[in-house]
Amino acid sequence: MSELTKMTLSAARDALHKGEISAVEITKAHLAAIEDAKELNSYIMVTDDQALEMAAKADDMIKGGNAKGMTGIPIGIKDLYCTKGVHSQTASHILDGFKPEYESTVTANLWADGAVMLGKTNMDEFAMGSSNENSYYGPVKNPWRAVGSDKDTVPGGSSGGSAAAVAADISIATTGTDTGGSIRQPASFTGLVGLKPTYGRCSRWGMIAFASSLDQAGPLTKTVRDAAIMIESMAGFDPKDSTSINIPVPNYEAALSGDIRGLKVGVPKEYRVDGMPAEIEKLWQQGINWLKDAGADVVDISLPHTKYALPTYYIVAPAECSSNLARYDGVKYGLRVNGNSLDDMYKKTRAEGFGDEVRRRILIGTYVLSAGYYDAYYLKAQKVRTLIAGDFKAAYEKCDVILTPTAPSAAFNLGEKVSDPISMYLNDVFTVPASLAGLPGISVPAGLSAEGLPLGLQLIGQAFGEEQLLRVAEVLESAASFKEKPAKWWGEKA
Amino acid sequence: MSVDKETVAKIANLARIEVSEEELESTVGELNNILDWVEQLSEVNTDGVAAMTSVVAADLPWREDKVTDGGYREKVLKNAPQAEHGFFAVPKVIE
Repeated sequence: MSELTKMTLSAARDALHKGEISAVEITKAHLAAIEDAKELNSYIMVTDDQALEMAAKADDMIKGGNAKGMTGIPIGIKDLYCTKGVHSQTASHILDGFKPEYESTVTANLWADGAVMLGKTNMDEFAMGSSNENSYYGPVKNPWRAVGSDKDTVPGGSSGGSAAAVAADISIATTGTDTGGSIRQPASFTGLVGLKPTYGRCSRWGMIAFASSLDQAGPLTKTVRDAAIMIESMAGFDPKDSTSINIPVPNYEAALSGDIRGLKVGVPKEYRVDGMPAEIEKLWQQGINWLKDAGADVVDISLPHTKYALPTYYIVAPAECSSNLARYDGVKYGLRVNGNSLDDMYKKTRAEGFGDEVRRRILIGTYVLSAGYYDAYYLKAQKVRTLIAGDFKAAYEKCDVILTPTAPSAAFNLGEKVSDPISMYLNDVFTVPASLAGLPGISVPAGLSAEGLPLGLQLIGQAFGEEQLLRVAEVLESAASFKEKPAKWWGEKA
Repeated sequence: MSVDKETVAKIANLARIEVSEEELESTVGELNNILDWVEQLSEVNTDGVAAMTSVVAADLPWREDKVTDGGYREKVLKNAPQAEHGFFAVPKVIE
C-alpha cells in the first residue's frame, strides 16, 4: 500500500499545504486501500465519485491560499451522521433507503474546511453496542489480532467501523459519536486516539439521536495532534441545537505545549474494579509514572458513586432511546411493513426494523418511563446521576485532570460476548461515568496486552477543558510512544 | 421488581413493537436480568438530591417567536414510504 495512507492527519496537512502532495492523490490512495480492505466491513458505503470531486475542490482551496487544517484530508463518516443525499441509516434496517435532504452541522463544518468524505462507516445499530456486532450490515473486524492467532477480534463499539478504518489505514481519521464510551472504547481496542468532547461542544443537529442528554460527536485519529486539529473543525455553537454552548472554539493545536509541570492528576481508587486484568492495572501505574516524570503531581481522589454509573446509564439511555426512536413508525422515512391496520403496520415495521439490542433497550426504556415505575427507575437514576456529577465536581477541587484505564480488557474475539448483554455493558465501566457528567474524555494508546492487542489509557477533563485535556494526552502519548501497527492479514499481501 | 409475560406484552404494545408468543418468553428473561442488575441503585441514598436535568449549567437560548425556516414539503416527503397529494399516506384508519 501507498505511503500516503500511512500519514498522520497533521503530516498530510503539512504536505498538502506545501504542495508536496495533492488532495486528489491522497484521496485516490485511500480509495484503493478501502477496496483492498473490504473484508474488514468497516465501510457501509464508499462515496468514490463524491470524494474525488471534494478532493479537487480542496486542491483549489489550497491553490487559492485558503487552506485550513482539514483541507484535503480524506475521512470516513460514521453512518449516524446525516449526509445530504448519501446513505445515513445509523446501521439500522428501519431507516432503509433513507437519504437525508440536509447535512449534519458537524459534517457541514468539516466540508466547509475542505475535508473529503470517503464514505460512511459501519457501527452498532443506533450506536447501541460495544463490539460493532449489532449492525444490520454485519460485524466489523478489528485489524488487530492476537499474536499467532487467526481469530477475528471486535473493534469495539459503537464507532467500530470508524475505529477499524483508521487502524487499517483506510481513512486518515474518522468521525465517531460517544454516548457511553462509543469513541473511547473502540479507540482503546484499535490503538488509536479517541476524543469525546464536553457535552455541548459539538452540535448534535443532524446526528441521528440515541440518548440526547449523552450523545456527543468526536474524532478518532492516529495522534493527539490529529484529534486537536479535527475537533477544532467539528466543534462550535449552532443555533439549530439549543444544547450546544455558545463559547468560542480555541486553537486546540496551540494548546499542545508539552508542559504539564505542576498539573495535578487525580487517580480514582474506585476504578480499581474487581477482576481487572493485572496488565491493565500495571499499564495504569505506568501511566501515572509517565505523568509524574513529566512533572505532574499525582493525587489520590475518590469518586464514590462510580459503581452505580453503569446501572444509572442503563436506565437513562434506554429511557431516552425509547422516546427518540418512537419516530420510526413506517410513515415518514425508511422501512414500512404493511399490516391490517395502522397500529399493526407500526408494530410490524418496528418488529422487523429494529435489531435485538435496540428492541431490548426500547422495551426497557418504555418500562422505566411507564406509569407506576417512572419514580422508582427513571427519577431515581437521574438523582444518582446528580451524585455522580457531584463526585467529579468534588474531585476537581483537588486535581486538574483524571487518569484511568479506558476499558477493562483488550479487544475480545468476535462472538464471545454477544449472548450476554450485561457482560457486554461492562465494557463501558470506565467511560460511562464521565458521559453521565457531560465531561470530556480521551483515550490514548499506551501499550500492548500480553496477546499483542492494544490497550488505552483514558484522561477525563473538566467541562470545556479540552485544551488542558489534549495537552496532557499529548504528553502521555509521547511517553508511551506507541508505534505498533496491526500486521496486515486482509486484502492483497503487501 | 420484575416483569412477567403480561407486563412485557403491555410494554411491547406501548412501544408498538410486535412480539410473538415465543419471543415473549425469552424477552421476559432478558429484561429481568437487566432490571435485577439496575436494582442496585435502590441502595443509594438520594434523599434531598435533585434529579439531573442538564449536565451543563446553561440557560436555553431565546429567540424571537417568528418563522425562520420551513417550506420544504417536497423534501420532507421525499423519504416517505408512501406520499400522496402532498401528504404522508397511511393505511386506512376509518371504515
